[in-house]
Amino acid sequence: MNNRLEEYLIEKGLFITAISSILIILLIITFIFIEGFPAIESYGVLNFVFGSTWAPLKGEFGVLTMIVGTLGITFLALALAVPLSLLCAIFMAEIAPSSMRRILKPVIETLAAIPSVVYGFFGLIVLVPLMREQFGGTGFSMLTASVILMVMILPTIISVSEDALRSIPYEYKEASLALGATQWQTIKNVIFPAAIPGVITGIILGMGRAIGETLAVIMVAGNVTQFPSSVLDPVRALTSNIAIEMGYATGMHYNALFGTAIVLFFMIIFLLVLANYFHYKKKVVIGGGYL
Amino acid sequence: MGFRLISPKISQKIMKGVFWASGILTIIILVVIIGYILFKGLPVVNLEFLLSNPVDLGRAGGIFPMIISSMYVTLISGLVAAPLGVGAAVYLTEYSSEGHVVKLIRFGAETLASIPSIVFGLFGLSFFVIFLGLGWSVLSGGLVLALMALPTIFKVAEVSIEAVPKSYREGSLALGSTKWQTVYRVVLPAASPGITTGVILGMARSISEAAAILFAVGAALSVPISIFDPGRPLPLHLFIMATEGISLENAYGTAAVLVMIVLIITVVTNTMVERYQKKMMGR
Repeated sequence: MNNRLEEYLIEKGLFITAISSILIILLIITFIFIEGFPAIESYGVLNFVFGSTWAPLKGEFGVLTMIVGTLGITFLALALAVPLSLLCAIFMAEIAPSSMRRILKPVIETLAAIPSVVYGFFGLIVLVPLMREQFGGTGFSMLTASVILMVMILPTIISVSEDALRSIPYEYKEASLALGATQWQTIKNVIFPAAIPGVITGIILGMGRAIGETLAVIMVAGNVTQFPSSVLDPVRALTSNIAIEMGYATGMHYNALFGTAIVLFFMIIFLLVLANYFHYKKKVVIGGGYL
Repeated sequence: MGFRLISPKISQKIMKGVFWASGILTIIILVVIIGYILFKGLPVVNLEFLLSNPVDLGRAGGIFPMIISSMYVTLISGLVAAPLGVGAAVYLTEYSSEGHVVKLIRFGAETLASIPSIVFGLFGLSFFVIFLGLGWSVLSGGLVLALMALPTIFKVAEVSIEAVPKSYREGSLALGSTKWQTVYRVVLPAASPGITTGVILGMARSISEAAAILFAVGAALSVPISIFDPGRPLPLHLFIMATEGISLENAYGTAAVLVMIVLIITVVTNTMVERYQKKMMGR
């Protein structure tokens, strides 16, 4: 009898830990919305999202320049990262000898593990001066931020795509090779097309990381609230806006920064829904292999 | 098939070269970044740098309080997130069958993993610091980081528990053990190397995070004694040193310490996973 009660209590206890992540999300949403909603309500949803003037001291809270900044940095970073990641993923899954793979795996894990502030710091002391020399200006720009973000999202896209490429049944490949196709023809016409849902999931996850990155972007993007006219102009991302101004924000300004987080939140939810649509479940890659 | 500009054999050769180049380029990127940071930073790092307090806002002196702060927030995040993550993993693998609740729980963990760190930062400020009244403290910081570490620990623990062969459970149940006895004495010990790896990876995320604790730990330069004291973990220190242009040399040193920590964690988790795979899969 006692045993059964114990079993019952343990099961309930475990259930509570299991739903903890859902409770946490609800709590996060509640607090962000409670703090952010007053600003959006009083300034108007459309004015907030599509307003192009951010002047907290004058009570103007339009975040459009920052939405453009975030999307600009993100898509440029993807344009730089996707080709290299896909080539590297195919290399690891299909071409590299096992000795090479044993080097590349920890390399990609380490790339994923380096703290974002370290990337930002590297960007600040190496990339910014380099850009200044090459293209003039201050060196703080959308392009500089994208290059740093490219390196940061490489491991995400590579590991998910590699996993997708590896999960293609061996028969596909054998059939293609047996028909006399070369390795490249097999990759191009058989393996890669079959792995596309996984590859897209990897790209979406990389995009999520790029949109969410904060401090590395602050350190190199210039953080000006203007529409960029070229990739060499400085921009401010939504995330950066929060981190830069939260320290001294009061009153409606404080609420408007939580409002910025709401906009960010909707972007991420949109990506999550998109990722679920492609419905590719990644295996967990840790250390030297798959678990 | 039509007219071909390049024969399949030649395009095969070209593409093979392109693939090799991309793999090597990825390695070069890592080596350049890590090499540069270590080359500039390691000369600054010595025992005195690690064990002394910063002087003049960090222009001189060391990073001892930052190391202690980092240890505090990382340990707190591990202590809070590990039971939650492992408990959730046990429930999902051992106690539930696939259904709406399980799907919802998985979606919850996935969503938690993709929330931007700065949003966690705002939540930490409004919930832990203000609403719960914990103030700017290493406790507030550690709790925020626990939320971020949770999905990592949960995911890795779940796969590790799933990897334990069914026969283990059947053997235990056949001997008359209850479900919990089976989980506690058989399944969890067998999965413990994988679970430990998950906890380490979760804590690795905590030790390298700065944006999420920006508004939660304060930025005090003194050594935190109790968990209610403010602190300044290493990544936050690096961010402040670099952006406020306080001391490039000490920023290099701090960055080098962070990179070394990351390298050590990668080596340790790799070794553990290799051992675990050998044990579970007999190869």
